[in-house]
Amino acid sequence: MKDKSLVSINDFSLEERTGILKLAGEFEQNPRQDILKEYVVATLFFEPSTRTRLSFESAASRLGAKVIGFTDAASSSVKKGESLKDTILTVSNYSDIIVMRHPKEGSARFASEVSPVPIINAGDGSNQHPTQTMLDLYSIQKTQGKLNGLEIAFVGDLKYGRTVHSLVIALCDYNTTFHLISPLELKLPSYVKQHIKDRKLEYHQYTELEEALPKMDILYMTRIQKERFSDPIEYEKVKNAYILKNKMLESARENLKVLHPLPRVNEINEDVDSNLKAYYFQQAQNGVYVRQALLSSILGVKQI
Amino acid sequence: MNNKPRKELVVSAIENGTVIDHIPAEKVFQVIKILNLDKTESQVLFGTNLDSHKYGTKGIIKVQGKYFEREEINKIALVAPSATLIEIKNFQVVLKKHVEIPDHVIKIAKCVNPNCITNHENITTKFRVLNEQAKELKLKCHYCEKYTDKENMVFY
Ligand SMILES: [Zn+2]
Repeated sequence: MKDKSLVSINDFSLEERTGILKLAGEFEQNPRQDILKEYVVATLFFEPSTRTRLSFESAASRLGAKVIGFTDAASSSVKKGESLKDTILTVSNYSDIIVMRHPKEGSARFASEVSPVPIINAGDGSNQHPTQTMLDLYSIQKTQGKLNGLEIAFVGDLKYGRTVHSLVIALCDYNTTFHLISPLELKLPSYVKQHIKDRKLEYHQYTELEEALPKMDILYMTRIQKERFSDPIEYEKVKNAYILKNKMLESARENLKVLHPLPRVNEINEDVDSNLKAYYFQQAQNGVYVRQALLSSILGVKQI
Repeated sequence: MNNKPRKELVVSAIENGTVIDHIPAEKVFQVIKILNLDKTESQVLFGTNLDSHKYGTKGIIKVQGKYFEREEINKIALVAPSATLIEIKNFQVVLKKHVEIPDHVIKIAKCVNPNCITNHENITTKFRVLNEQAKELKLKCHYCEKYTDKENMVFY
């Protein structure tokens, strides 16, 4: 694990992922440790993503690391036309690990090839966001006591959401049964479904949320954006069909948990928030533990 | 006795150099462009829509005094996987082989994804070639992980 960049979830073996999840559990028990006080973590956000940046900075700070970086490209030398390679080579002089977010797909892979210090991808365009996938896996495991053999529903925009694609692919390692609930226009892309089929797993597609709900262990909600529809009338027709309301959860299993990558707009009614099945805020909190596990194991301070 | 009339060469023979035969007729100009033959100083002879036993029609390109590196020839395999490469020395065939579809393509193709980092920074492109069925040949970008299919391939 030491010095290994994390660009795509597939860069880590199943064993390594299991190790990270276990270590994240240790950080949840004991999130404040001084183990990274000798280290500098750079957070390079070439596009703003306050939530992800704060989560990483919180993870690093609670382990005693110093954090340097920039919060969007406009406030950095990138604005002056510096190449990505030069930015990475310069910042790697000042830091032991680089967390980067960039609007272009493939930027993190490229950075990991030129950088002398390890890179953690905090999102490269619509491509990968592996720490989100790791925190989703952690949240599922924590709430269900296991990852294997669960019934997991994905709801909303399954076509464009990289979060959903990465998580579905990652869950294929855990004998998951998939329930895909979306408008016809926003179905899961065929390459992701092919991945499920290749692993000889089951998936079921629905257009109605309530139809699938009673059988689920996890309900993973996503936002449906109006601009994804070619026909605005089509959007108006479906926009309310994928809103989760507290009442709908009455039919759900006892162990069901509702997840959401956040930010939500209106796809989860606020009356769900106080339901014990709502887990999306704890899910975000879990992101800190998972990022602590990643930072400390990639820096070689913790073994997995 | 062989009384068949000697088949006349439509495109004249070369003394030294490379012949690329069995190019799909409609791909000849693309192959010329991929190999930068439109910019070379070598003598280039080519023919297209020629009769072929195997393919109905075909194209052929002959380049005087030039031999190609494997990497360069791999480029044509992406658009003309049926092509044959013949090297001539002293009017004699010294090497004859099919071009091969490579597993990886480095530097020669562009990523179709406009938001790919390789289209915005000075980066050598790298692709894995996916070729389950020759018809569905696709390139998977090493960087953005998106697929470029045959119709969208653009070469540097
Ligand atoms: Zn690309």
